[in-house]
Amino acid sequence: MGWYNRRLAKSLWVFHVSASPCNNCDIEILDLLTPRYDVERFGIKLVGSVRHADVLLVTGVINEKVAPRVRRLYEQAPKPVFVVGIGTCPTSGCCFKESYNTVQRREDVIPFDVYVEGCPPKPEAMIDAIVKLVGVLNG
Amino acid sequence: MTAQILFDFFVFPGIVFTAVLGLLAGWVDRKVSARFQYRVGPPLFQNFNDVFKLLGKETILVKTGNRWLFIAAPLAGFAVLSLAATSVGTALFFGRAAGMDLIVLMYLLMFYSVLIVLGGASPGNVFSSLGAGREVKLLLADELPFILACLVPVVRSGYKLDFGAILAYQAGHGMLVASVSGAVAFVVALLAVQAKMALPPFHIPEAETELVAGPFIEYGGPLLAFWKLNQFMMLVVFPFLLILLFWGGFDLRGLGLLWGILKYLLILVLIIIIKNTNPRVRTDTAIAFFWKYLSPLALAAVVLAVLGV
Ligand code: SF4
Repeated sequence: MGWYNRRLAKSLWVFHVSASPCNNCDIEILDLLTPRYDVERFGIKLVGSVRHADVLLVTGVINEKVAPRVRRLYEQAPKPVFVVGIGTCPTSGCCFKESYNTVQRREDVIPFDVYVEGCPPKPEAMIDAIVKLVGVLNG
Repeated sequence: MTAQILFDFFVFPGIVFTAVLGLLAGWVDRKVSARFQYRVGPPLFQNFNDVFKLLGKETILVKTGNRWLFIAAPLAGFAVLSLAATSVGTALFFGRAAGMDLIVLMYLLMFYSVLIVLGGASPGNVFSSLGAGREVKLLLADELPFILACLVPVVRSGYKLDFGAILAYQAGHGMLVASVSGAVAFVVALLAVQAKMALPPFHIPEAETELVAGPFIEYGGPLLAFWKLNQFMMLVVFPFLLILLFWGGFDLRGLGLLWGILKYLLILVLIIIIKNTNPRVRTDTAIAFFWKYLSPLALAAVVLAVLGV
């Protein structure tokens, strides 16, 4: 599997799952994909269909309404697929922690592999998270 | 004889050669596009990594829709393009054409578009069905000027449909693109090829901003890898076809090899430049462009060719 994992690490196609964020993290993700950071250097590419995805970038506290949809997106993605939680929201709930419709156990909805701290995190922090993921894949 | 046919089809200039060269051409495409946007761009073997990664992923079949068609379409597309690559390549490099002529090649290339339509329509997804419908419209739009433009070399070489005659004519009389009718037909063919490959500005079926991935939206894993490979192989088949029809062939010996590679790179970069400098056109604009402007132009080129200019 080592050989395959190294191929996978060099070609992570990301899919953007917007699970009730305040929208700031989404904007930062778009920043990440601009020519300034140029993640295509590492083979990272934004894809529009979840069937093509290797990494799901989940932003936002997953609330009751989107939870089934997020679950379904995860199930629709061909495995192996990795889930990166972008921002403080998926990490800890941020300022929406005690909101009435926030899902309390996000790990039950979708299994996160990496979290990125920050509200919103800088693109550099996201690259750092992806590099950690790549490091795990490379063994 | 059989061994030679198998070698032609599977190794050179068939599957292996076309796939490897296509993946590298895809890298040139991505790299040049990146430089257009002041980026660095992906590393050399990026497309190989992408395809190997996709081959190792899970295959998901959609519950609704026609599964056999869904699986068969990308594989048949791969077979069709390998066959097209074999015929163009053998004609270009060895003058054999694998027993095929221009008409067969036209059928194969059109059949590939039909396979995209079938594959896109099979899962029953709204977006992919829309993409398939648009692919039909694009096929209707680009087929007429493409056929007319390909008629010019046929007419010039004395109404012969086989590749050998076209190459022999150009060997005797110079490249067709240097004559008036040939130059016009080449421009028309280049634009039609752009549409046949569904590259911008004619990426109407895939239109990632509205149809997400068009006909390929439900494909994932190995089946998607085959579609990707098909797209990369088209980056070899079509430029080689243009070289064969208009640019006087590809000599494998001595300086001819260098000259041939230059021709190929020139056509490839032309395609990439058109791709990067034009925004997507609407379906009706594309059809109007091909039918109102390019088809009469191609017809004029055919008339000129009949007159011998
Ligand atoms: S982490 Fe902060 S910026 Fe990101 S979605 Fe949550 S509240 Fe918004």
